[in-house]
Amino acid sequence: MADNGFQLSAEHIEQALEQWLEVEFTFLHVAELAASIAVLPRPDQDFLLGWVQRIATTNIQIANQFAHHAITGLAQLDHHVIGAWALHAMDTYDRAGLRPAIKAIKDLDNFVQLAHERVAGVLFEEVGGILLTFICGLSGRRLKLKEGETVHTDSETLFLPAVVARMQRADDNFALAKAMAAFLWAQTRFGTFRADLPAALAAYPEPERALRHFHALETLRLDACIGRELPGLFREMTRLRAELGEIQSLPKAWQRYSQELAVADATVFDSLRLLEDAYRGEAPSPVCYQGELRPDAVALVMSARKEREKILLRVKLAQLAQELRKQKPESPAGPPRFETRRAPEDQAGLERLELTLDDMPIAPPEEVRQLLTSIQLDLGEIPPEYLTPADPGEYDPGLYEAKHADPDDVWQGTYHEEGATFYPEWDFGRQHYRKNWCVMREKDVPPVYDEFVSDTLRKHSGLVKHLRRTFEALRDENRLLKREPSGDEVDIDALVEALADARDGSEMSDRLFMRTQRSERNIAVMFMVDMSGSTKGWINDAERESLILLCEALETLGDRYAIYGFSGITRKRCELYRIKRIDEAYDDEVKARISGIRPQEYTRMGFAVRHLTHLLNEVEARTKLLITLSDGKPDDYHDGYRGKYGIEDTRKALQEAQRGGIHPFCVTIDQEARDYLPHLYGAVNYTVVDEVRKLPLKITEIYRRLTLN
Amino acid sequence: MQARALAPEEHFVEAEPYYEATGDEIAIFEAAYRNKLPVLLKGPTGCGKTRFMEYMAWRIRRPLITVSCHDDLTASDLVGRFLVKGGETVWVDGPLARSVRAGAICYLDEIVEARKDTMVVIHPLADDRRVLPMEKLGTLLEANQDFCLAISYNPGYQSVLKDLKQSTRQRFVALEFDYPAADLERKIVAKESGVGDALAEKLVKFAHMTRNLKGSGLEEGASTRLLVHAAKLIASGVEPVSACRSAIAQAITDDGEMLAAMRELSSSLF
Ligand SMILES: Nc1ncnc2c1ncn2[C@@H]1O[C@H](COP(=O)(O)OP(=O)(O)O)[C@@H](O)[C@H]1O
Ligand SMILES: [Mg+2]
Repeated sequence: MADNGFQLSAEHIEQALEQWLEVEFTFLHVAELAASIAVLPRPDQDFLLGWVQRIATTNIQIANQFAHHAITGLAQLDHHVIGAWALHAMDTYDRAGLRPAIKAIKDLDNFVQLAHERVAGVLFEEVGGILLTFICGLSGRRLKLKEGETVHTDSETLFLPAVVARMQRADDNFALAKAMAAFLWAQTRFGTFRADLPAALAAYPEPERALRHFHALETLRLDACIGRELPGLFREMTRLRAELGEIQSLPKAWQRYSQELAVADATVFDSLRLLEDAYRGEAPSPVCYQGELRPDAVALVMSARKEREKILLRVKLAQLAQELRKQKPESPAGPPRFETRRAPEDQAGLERLELTLDDMPIAPPEEVRQLLTSIQLDLGEIPPEYLTPADPGEYDPGLYEAKHADPDDVWQGTYHEEGATFYPEWDFGRQHYRKNWCVMREKDVPPVYDEFVSDTLRKHSGLVKHLRRTFEALRDENRLLKREPSGDEVDIDALVEALADARDGSEMSDRLFMRTQRSERNIAVMFMVDMSGSTKGWINDAERESLILLCEALETLGDRYAIYGFSGITRKRCELYRIKRIDEAYDDEVKARISGIRPQEYTRMGFAVRHLTHLLNEVEARTKLLITLSDGKPDDYHDGYRGKYGIEDTRKALQEAQRGGIHPFCVTIDQEARDYLPHLYGAVNYTVVDEVRKLPLKITEIYRRLTLN
Repeated sequence: MQARALAPEEHFVEAEPYYEATGDEIAIFEAAYRNKLPVLLKGPTGCGKTRFMEYMAWRIRRPLITVSCHDDLTASDLVGRFLVKGGETVWVDGPLARSVRAGAICYLDEIVEARKDTMVVIHPLADDRRVLPMEKLGTLLEANQDFCLAISYNPGYQSVLKDLKQSTRQRFVALEFDYPAADLERKIVAKESGVGDALAEKLVKFAHMTRNLKGSGLEEGASTRLLVHAAKLIASGVEPVSACRSAIAQAITDDGEMLAAMRELSSSLF
């Protein structure tokens, strides 16, 4: 398909489709499809076929459905939006299976509210990050942001559609997405849900109608709030409405409501009061950013939250009281007494509460502060019973520690079920990540207290001595700089010379000092050790011996280091074995864990690189190394990780690490490694050790070279 | 104004520096000074610690010698060293020794940045011995009765490497600083830059937005210092959104997405 400019023939297209869609086995009819693609302009052909090929690596049915629907979509949407739609369908497939994915394909009309011309939409995937940060900067409860079918909030999460494409231009669509997010934020921030909406609306003969009218009233009130709080944003929101022709003069009655709701202390109860009157007339049409109101979804989340936050606050206050009283021995006897006082309005207009313990103002930790804010947003105040510290054992920790299991959260990767974290995986066929694909858990290697460590040290005693000496020399090396303009000691040689110069009448140098320059090593290193089944036997022994020697050497050096083993079987069981955490001392337990390293299952690598990168990123060090010790290439049982897929995912993960300033390096004993390692690590960042026996010696030598500066 | 060369210990703060007290820090500092106790100022950068020291120096009428610590700063840089002048070696006092002799205030800013061996020389000064060991001279320098030692430290950088040791911190009277409350901060920004109250208030709002982002992509929010900078730019005719970007956002992050989000935040306010 390189001959740009010429249309591809139906025949050519049909052949390609037959191959990708495996018609030999699937019996799909592609002739008609090929014919309709053949009449498209060449760029559209290339675009469409490119996607069909990519999607087919995930699922052929989806690829086939995509091809049919995309032909119509191409007339109305730009390539960017169609690509997003394809990815959306594949994500749906990963998450929920074939049927929902096919539905997502057929839902193109819903995916984007179709415009009449090609539009430049913005994708949630691209702007979600910025918008979340934006929302986070605004005052109030910490909110989450997710992709959803409609624009709405449950009072903890804001849902925005996968694409916003109502405006012509991309930056206007971004502004609209931002306006939607801000408007949902305003509902949580300015108390839309403080009233019992389901009950209030159910009192009307037509609750649906009541909801519509209430939403319109709240929109008037919230617009005014945003106008006061964020005038720049409100100007932009008004401009968007004007461009969409949404600014009409309100009916008389609604003008009056608008005035009443625009005053600074209007609340949701004013909207409900006005609803009685407004219900009878017609509501103004919805504005572009207002989305939907889902009082039921809110009620559900909110009642769980109120319960949880009350318990959490009381438990946290009990801990806080204990800590504070320990610091101040002269505290009053009796139970700790917390109160809140109203401080003057803070900048965000949220009434700031000052927390006092036994009448003394205290600065609560961030977590408590956020709880107070959230409770205040729900209830308008902090009821006194929330401020009574919990008695020890009053609540089962399971009540407040285990978060409510929301399967959606699981897929968002924000929710950690039994210590699981989710990592994406790179699908090279799709040329995109599979979201939340790997379910990663950290485990401890069970320590084995045996003779392994002492045996190893005895076996390699000569090497150990040698290592100590070489590594000692590396340690915070002090270099003596001579002939410096200033320093701690006089440089006698220089001085003698200078005095001689002075006697001769020539100018005397002022570089007469010696200074010790200390180069402080500031290195953090992560060892990622292959614990896959293939290491069974002498490779495992060599790995363990190498780790012992490495630890000895690193202890002499004083570099910070961690050791994790990796293995896994399928994406659902990706496991990282803790052997030594970065801040853990090299003690008997760590030694026993090294001894306890046993081969496990397969060699899925991407998740391990990603998680260890994440851990390294949290360490502050000038130089960060990620050193992999492995016996072979990435491989996993049965779900396609074998071969190119696994290699490409690992490569991607290593690139991610590099972008964060981490230097990856690989030491392997796989003789075939020269075929794939340069592709993974770059030509210079790996070493093949040809004799397992030599691994301990080699790896310490490699480490020395790597960290020499 | 004519530039004047002054020895550091002659540097008296002559005009009253503008300082808004945020609590009882002035009274505590004075009491500590009267009792010859060293003082530790804790708090994020740009929240008024240096200004407070200038103000206290003016109040107690002692010269102020400030040393900004960095990772190359050695004990000799503080205590002094031999130099060769005209063919002879002469001893030259470092800023700490000068302060100790002259009875000045020595303010070691960001003390944890300094090399660990510098702590060793301040320890004997910070307890009731009040002496400075001058190893090179083989002498102990006894502190002038007016001498005052103050150090600052930012507990926000949570790093094991950059934490203040217990043996050090337990010698000091600690004063906790934080960004001033909103009203006060607005007043400071307005006063320091000359912008009106309404604008200063918006800048403070913006600062709060960035402080909400601490821990979600930002290491620190905007400090009072940065607000003053932005306000000064605005007072000289720079557009508020641009001023926020140049003086604040760019100063606290390099991350493109974060900068974009901060732009959206500032443009919603103005
Ligand atoms: N309490 C305050 N009173 C007056 N000005 C202040 C106050 N706090 C901060 N500032 C302003 O902020 C700027 C930065 O404060 P500075 O003392 O340099 O911070 P730090 O030493 O804590 O890093 C000062 O130059 C001043 O303009
Ligand atoms: Mg300072």
